[in-house]
Amino acid sequence: MRKKLLEVKDLKINFKTYAGIVQAVRGVNFDLYEGETLAIVGESGSGKSVTSNAIMKLIPQPPGIYAEGQILFDGKDLVPLSEKEMSKVRGNDISMIFQDPMTALNPTMRVGKQITEVILKHTKVSKEEAKERAIKLLELVGIPMPEKRFRQYPHEFSGGMRQRVVIAIALAADPKLLIADEPTTALDVTIQAQILELMKDIQKKRNTSIIFITHDLGVVANVADRVAVMYAGQIVEYGTVNDIFYNPKHPYTWGLLGSMPDLKNNVKEALRTIPGSPPDLTQPPKGDAFAPRNEFALAIDYEMEPPMFQVSETHFAKTWLLHPDAPKVEVPESISRRIEGYLKEAQRNG
Amino acid sequence: MAKKLLEVKNLKQYFGTSNNPIKAVDGISFDVYEGETLGLVGESGCGKSTTGRSIIRLYDITDGEILFKGKNIHASKSRKEIKEFNREMQMIFQDPYASLNPRMTAGEIIAEGFDIHGLYKNKKERQERIAELLEAVGLNREHANRYAHEFSGGQRQRIGIARALSLEPSFIIADEPISALDVSIQAQVVNLLKKLQKERNLTYLFIAHDLSMVKYISDRIAVMYRGKVVELGTSDEIYNEPIHPYTKSLLSAVPLPDPLTERMRQRIPYSHEESDQTAKLHEVRPGHFVYGTEEQIKKWNK
Repeated sequence: MRKKLLEVKDLKINFKTYAGIVQAVRGVNFDLYEGETLAIVGESGSGKSVTSNAIMKLIPQPPGIYAEGQILFDGKDLVPLSEKEMSKVRGNDISMIFQDPMTALNPTMRVGKQITEVILKHTKVSKEEAKERAIKLLELVGIPMPEKRFRQYPHEFSGGMRQRVVIAIALAADPKLLIADEPTTALDVTIQAQILELMKDIQKKRNTSIIFITHDLGVVANVADRVAVMYAGQIVEYGTVNDIFYNPKHPYTWGLLGSMPDLKNNVKEALRTIPGSPPDLTQPPKGDAFAPRNEFALAIDYEMEPPMFQVSETHFAKTWLLHPDAPKVEVPESISRRIEGYLKEAQRNG
Repeated sequence: MAKKLLEVKNLKQYFGTSNNPIKAVDGISFDVYEGETLGLVGESGCGKSTTGRSIIRLYDITDGEILFKGKNIHASKSRKEIKEFNREMQMIFQDPYASLNPRMTAGEIIAEGFDIHGLYKNKKERQERIAELLEAVGLNREHANRYAHEFSGGQRQRIGIARALSLEPSFIIADEPISALDVSIQAQVVNLLKKLQKERNLTYLFIAHDLSMVKYISDRIAVMYRGKVVELGTSDEIYNEPIHPYTKSLLSAVPLPDPLTERMRQRIPYSHEESDQTAKLHEVRPGHFVYGTEEQIKKWNK
């Protein structure tokens, strides 16, 4: 049995603003095993980045408030830790890769030093040893001529190479958990594919657990073992990557899948869209937050928040449609047709 | 056969000094037919945005010719001709936050074009036109008095589209119009662009780096690499039967929302092969062009 590395329990994060209290994360539960990749998907404002920053304790307080919940890392709760204790966890146990490699690096410091800095802080080694390790890391993340690159500044690197440096820094203290917040969004597709390959490769070598935050469902399908779909500060569907892509149960997941063009089956009909826009989280709507945008909404959706219904051992969804008394609603035809197409092709290819 | 609306002939756009030019666009040629959508794809820095900006005369071109409805658009013109041209061709920008003036209301932004061109008789007609455009892009007439910051990203992009439509153009250059938007909003905007195209017989040049949306919206696709169009054809041909190794590499990197395919994905790396002087666009199949030398084309087209 694999070991559970991280367990987030009923996490609630609020922000105090002039407009009122924004309930950015409203009770999130998930867990993560060793060597596993969990993708958190959702649109901007769904709370996915706040959730990941909360795990790193990067929410500034004030205005942020850890209102409720636990973040158990290796069984230890991170929420009550002081800043000093937390700084030992960051880098050592958990580290983070950010979206924009241009701003994540210090432009006035040589790349090599930015890596050795982390090594020297977290491990007791000599400077020479740290340098050796840094060069090995540059090599690991696929940067050619690492000795020469070690002495260069970030502006001498291309965007993709910079993101590799950011990954090298994140890996410098050999963390158990890597949180990647849209790490490839700013990159070209070809570079994106290389970075994704690199991350999977490193995961295999080091058995790192990864939380991958993205809004791109293609990327999710590529990297994830399990997926959590977030909407309005909550996880609305949660399951293995196959559960989510081949047997989606939540209407919001249907909407996300439907809004991507179906290239394989070459359908040219209009894309399914989710009408309207996400709710204002200073006053989250009563009942199911997705109801006003949901064409399948039931009367109860406006009254009571749905619980997480269990679909299978691995698969959960937060929608009243799964209640035994709910009217039978099937996946929209355009999506089921697409899934069928994918599965048929997979069969053909073995 | 559809009419050619726009002809780009050997367009060159160099920046920097003349002894050390940066060849952003280096001799490209393509046509855009009336009523179609031509997708222009490539990675950042390949010259796709520069091409769009040269076509709409935001830059003075270095060399080549751009014909719009048979007329050279960079040739010297009278004020009247320029105004006429400006009416015909409009642009939608990438960043809906930066492309709208924060000190103007949505109504003023939309009306600026027809104020300049004097396209209405009285105030009432002007108001009516604004309302009509707002409704055409899926907003309400009440939105006319609001400022840009009161709108979401998707709504702002709709205002940008309404502004582009205000002069009833025939040709619209959309430069990454959806890349700053969320997935569900992207779909809304793409559906809107398609609907408007049908209703108003618009021709689009759709510039983007996201191949999946480009494939979906375009009739034909031109793939750019380092300032050159390396492949051009119908979107089905480009997607299903790419010939140029760069196109193949690009397509092999696009992730699809299908985990079983993704687990088997084999990325094809691309290593650039210099072509000599004889390289040009070859028509490999009817309407399907590939850039390279004779030998290269033979080798690739096996």
